[in-house]
Parts: sequence; C-alpha cells; structure tokens
Amino acid sequence: MTLRTSPRRRTRMAAVALGVSALMLGATACSSGGGAPSGSATLWGLTGTDEDTVLGPSLKEWNAANADGQVAPTYFQNDAYKTKIRTAVGAGSAPTIIYSWAGGTLNSYVDAGKVADITSETADAKGKFLESVWNQGVIDDKVYAVPMNATTPIMFYYNKDVLKSAGVEVPTTFDEIVDAIPKLKAAGVAPFSLAGASKWPSLMWEEYLVDRVAGPEAFNKIMAGEADAWSDPGIIEANEKIQELVKAGAFVDGYASVTADSNADVALLYTGKAAMMLQGAWVMTTFKQQAAEFAEKGLGYTTFPAVTGGKGDPSNIVGNPSGYFSISAAATKEQKASALKYLTDGVFDKGYIDRMVKAGQVPPITDIDAEIADAGGDFGTTVYDLTKNAKNFQMSWDQALPPAQATALLTNLDQLFNLQITPEEFSDNMNKTIGQ
Amino acid sequence: MTATRQLHGAGGAGAAAMRRRTGPSGWMVAPALGFFLVFAIIPLIVALYLSFTRWDAITDPAWVGLDNWASVLVDPVAIDALVLTLKVIVISWVVQTPISLLLGTWTAGKQRNRAVLGAIFFLPLLLSSAATAIAFKAILDPNFGLSASLGIPFLKQDWLGNQQLVLFVVIFIIAWQFVPFHTLLFQGGVRQIPASLYEAAEIDGAGTIKQFFHITLPQLRYTLVTSSTLMIIGSLTYFDVIFVLTGGVPSAGTRILPILMYVTGFSASQFGQASVMAIILAVIGLAIALLLTKLSGFAKMDSQQEGL
Repeated sequence: MTLRTSPRRRTRMAAVALGVSALMLGATACSSGGGAPSGSATLWGLTGTDEDTVLGPSLKEWNAANADGQVAPTYFQNDAYKTKIRTAVGAGSAPTIIYSWAGGTLNSYVDAGKVADITSETADAKGKFLESVWNQGVIDDKVYAVPMNATTPIMFYYNKDVLKSAGVEVPTTFDEIVDAIPKLKAAGVAPFSLAGASKWPSLMWEEYLVDRVAGPEAFNKIMAGEADAWSDPGIIEANEKIQELVKAGAFVDGYASVTADSNADVALLYTGKAAMMLQGAWVMTTFKQQAAEFAEKGLGYTTFPAVTGGKGDPSNIVGNPSGYFSISAAATKEQKASALKYLTDGVFDKGYIDRMVKAGQVPPITDIDAEIADAGGDFGTTVYDLTKNAKNFQMSWDQALPPAQATALLTNLDQLFNLQITPEEFSDNMNKTIGQ
Repeated sequence: MTATRQLHGAGGAGAAAMRRRTGPSGWMVAPALGFFLVFAIIPLIVALYLSFTRWDAITDPAWVGLDNWASVLVDPVAIDALVLTLKVIVISWVVQTPISLLLGTWTAGKQRNRAVLGAIFFLPLLLSSAATAIAFKAILDPNFGLSASLGIPFLKQDWLGNQQLVLFVVIFIIAWQFVPFHTLLFQGGVRQIPASLYEAAEIDGAGTIKQFFHITLPQLRYTLVTSSTLMIIGSLTYFDVIFVLTGGVPSAGTRILPILMYVTGFSASQFGQASVMAIILAVIGLAIALLLTKLSGFAKMDSQQEGL
C-alpha cells in the first residue's frame, strides 16, 4: 500500500507528533510529589498497621480539631517507601514530616542538612518517652527525630508443649541452649526456627550474642568508625558460637530456604516443628492471626539467654526502638509550625496511646503499666518491662549502620551462617567496609 | 513492497524525489523517538554521568572520576555476578530453545488435542512474575512445600539456600515462565512454512525427522534469531523472580548483575557504582544484539520463499 500525503497533511501530522512528544515531556516534568496547600504539612506513612490503627485515626481526629494546622498524609508500602523517601529527601521534595527508623538513615539526613533541629521545640515532650527510645533521635545532643510508633524488641519465643515433651527447660544461658539441642533433635523437632533466606533474622542472633559476649561497646566502636572494630575478640567469639550452633544442627533443616515474609518461620513454631525462635515483637500479630489458640496458651516468650562470663548485661535488648518522625528542613515556616504542633501534641496523645495498646502494641511511653496490663495482657507487659528495664537498647544493626555497611553485613552474615566463611574472614570482610 | 520500490527506482531522474513522496512522513516516528529519547537515551546519559560520581541520593553527586569503574571492574563480587549472569544466559538458552522449538512445531499441527494442550502450555505466560515467584517459594519451602504435602523425601532439598542448587531452580522457573512465549513464536513460524515444501519432501521420501531438520529448522532461522535475541537480552536483565524469590536480599548463588546493581544502588545507596553496572549491562546487551543480527544476516531480511 502506498500512502500519498499532501504537504499540508504532512505538517498537520508533524504537529500532532510534536504535540504528543511535548505532552509526554510535560507529564514527566510535573510528576513530583507533595502537592498540598502551602500552609498544611504533608506526611508520608506506611500502609498496614501504621495506617490502620496508628496514624490514620490519629490524623483524622487531629485534622478535624485543628483547622489551621492540617497534616495531609500519603501512605506507602514499606519497601516502596524506603526507596522513594531517600530520593525525595535528596531532591528536596520530601514531605514536611519524614518517617524513618532513625539510625544510619537519620545520620545521613542530618549530615546533609535535610532535617530540622527540633531540640528546643520538643523539650517539653521529652519527659513522657522511655529514655532509651527517645535517645535514638538525638545526634550530637540535638534532637532531630521523635518516636511515633510501637517499640519492638527482639524476643525469644518458645513452644511450651514441644519443650515439655522433650523434657527441656527454657534456656537461660547459652550453655543450656547447647545442651538442649541434642535432646530436641532426639525428640524429632528442630531446636530453632530461623528464616535464613531473609538474612535479617540471622542478624538477630549476631546482635544478641555479640552483646552478651562483649557488651554494647563492641558495636559502639563499629559505629564510631574505629579501624578494625569488627575484629573485636568478642565479635569473633560470638561468631564462633553461631557456627557452633549451626554445626550442632540448632537451626531447622533447610533454614537457608525459609523466608520471613511468608511467615514460614513463625509457622514452624506454632505447628510444633521447631521448639524456639528469635524474632521481633511484631510477629505476635502473626501468631494471633494464624494460630490464635497457640498464641494464647502454647506460646512462651522471654529475653535472650545470658552468656556465662560475658560482659553484656542480660537485661540488654536489641531490636527496633520505634519509628521516628523528623521535620524536613526544606518545608515552609507554616508547614513546620503545623508539623511541630502535631508531633508534640498529636503524636502519643491519649487516644493515640489507647488505640495502640488496644491493638496489642507497646508505646515507648513512661507510666502506662496499668493500661498495658489491662489491654495488652502478659505479652505487652513483658515487652514493656523489658524495654523499660533494659540497660541498653541496641537498634538493629542494619538500621543503625550506613546503608553500604548494612548491605555488606547481611551478605557476610549469610555466608557465616552457611559456613562459607570463618569468623575471622567475616571480621576481615567487614573491616573493609568501615568508612564507606 | 520491495517490488513497488524497485519499480519507482527504475524511473531514473527524479526517482529520489518520488521515493520520498511515497510512504508515510518521517515525522510519524517523532512520538516514538520522543519516548526513546526521554526514557532511554537521557537516562543512559545520566547513568553514565553518575558512574563518575559518588552519590548516595541525599547529598549532591561528587565527581570521583574513574574511581567507581576501577573498583567495580576488580571487585570479585561484581565479577562473580557477571559470570553468573553469563551462566544464566547460556544455560537458559540451552534449556529453553530446544523445548520451545519442539513444542512450537508440535502445537503448530492442526489436530484438536494439540490446540487444547497448546492453550494449556500457554498459561504460565499469563501469570505475573511476582505471583510466579511467590508460588514457587511456597512450593519449594523445605518444611511446608511440595515435599511435605506429597510426602516425597527427595523433594525436601534446600532449594533456595543451597548455592549450587538455587541457580538451576531459578533457571527452571525462568524456563517455566518463558517457554510458552517462545513456543508461540515458533508455532507461528512453523505455520508460515508453505505446505508445498513438505509435500515435495514427502514425494522425495523424507520422513518426519528429515523434514524437521531440512525444512522446518532452516525455515525457522529468523524466528530462531528473534527468539534467541529476546531470550538472551531477557536473561541479561532478569530481575523480578529472583528478587521476590529471595525476599530482596539475594545470596551469592543468585546475585546476577541486574540484582547486584539494584542492591548496590537501592539497598547500599552507592548509586555511582550501581550506574557502572548499569552501563556495563547496557553495553553487553547492545553488543550481543548487534552481534546476533550481524552473524545471522537478520538485517537483510531475505525472503526464504523465493521461487515458490
């Protein structure tokens, strides 16, 4: 087929073509986010529990009561948020209220001058928070972030029936863990469930063992960027203990194929295929959803066992102290004012705390023992007491470290658990990442 | 088309002007070119620029010259990833091509059972990659997966954790997902082959197998090139199933270059080094595509049915 076109028709088509391209360019140019009226603050939060029981109801109440200090939320799925917020902060198009897990990310925001110093504005609010949780938002004695979410330490879970039928007591020391392994294996169950494929559950073992053996100082040296900090004898000893457990068959068969996002590790515990598990306080929700009766009667929980002769205080805990809110340095004055008002008066007001406690979450707030005991039951009280009484609350290392080191850590830990590298090689590999 | 153009060409003087007037205006490619410019060329140039900088997405990119290139090109992790990528490409091609070729030839037949089975074979292509990966993750779970539900001990392997095994698991899933597509390509190709060729072969006494090797296969030459190009470039940039299957934190056994690029960029926030990997991938992809078209004479697009 031959198409004959007159010159005029050709120009018209060209115009259409150009128009299409221009439209397309325009569409890409104006796709940046954060388009709210100038006075009201914007906030990016996470979908799921945060949106449903924490931020969603709170902001609805807040916006109805504060006509001149509106906060407009947008919710994102966890992983999508992590990638989006970083580029948004970098490009200066961040929301007024920036959600983070503090740690390495907050440090990089502060270094780049992207978040506001809110020390004086939050001085009054400080008193109601548990100190160890509050301090994660403080860098060089200045407050850059305030807690806004539940505290979720890593807990030591166990299946009461499985331990009982194997004749094993809940271990309180590392040696008792080692002794329990052959007994549980003889009873035909895996001593520990572990979602090794997800990598970060393995990190929980590393964090607790290093703390119990060497105390918090070992990791503090790493955070301070000291040369060869990963070669601390305590870290090497902790890693030897990990490999000792692996070789003794402490972890479920095929643990390197078990993933946490499918809750396969939790299922191993409530189906009685594994006796114990180290996981965050947040998996209690999964236990309740998937095995309500077991969560009520068959599930036990405590803190990580001590290591005899170790330097770490057995009251120390690791995990996620909370989620945090910062205020973007790029926001307008009005936006900052609205945001600050919400952070100090709206976040963790009575309704906020009540809703969380009712949902089984533990707010990092002082003097709410009675409320938690009423609504959260035994588990809530255990988590609250552990957090309150902890000598040191170590934030999960993968949050605390800068992203490049955190990524290298998960890779090397995976190899350590799979016996592909020795504890010494692990330390050497990690030493190279210091300063990255 | 070829014939008409030759006819015009024979017009002598003024033929060029005439040729210009035939066919649609060149402006019609403008939208496509616009898209290509905005979504391919400009990002490529930006990535090239970023590959010479240190950038964590928060502070401004800082020029570091060839530092990123020097560190990536000697990094054993990156080299392993590249080798693994090449392994995936080669093994995927070796596995997928014969299966799709045979299936395509078989389903090209007019028999009703073949049509029904052909439709069934086609199903995996309708599933999203994420769904495929999640399904396989559940099937391969060592404690709750297929081994437990069927009670077959052999299936209780450390499928995703064993670093030697996981590569083949991934290649299997890729094949499961993409063989239907390539089967479809070959089916279409086979149906284009004129029946007279087979009739002639039959008269000459050629059996089914001889017909396959002397008629079907040579006639499918360009389909094979198309299919191979798609397969190789697809494997080179393969990402989604591995990412979902490993929960976003892949071990050494599945860390192919696109995955390493993502982890380096978005998990470790080293966008400079990630950009180096992106450029390497783009260059390898282009080189392979060019090589394939050159070697196969694909660009000439000769008709294979001359004289029919």
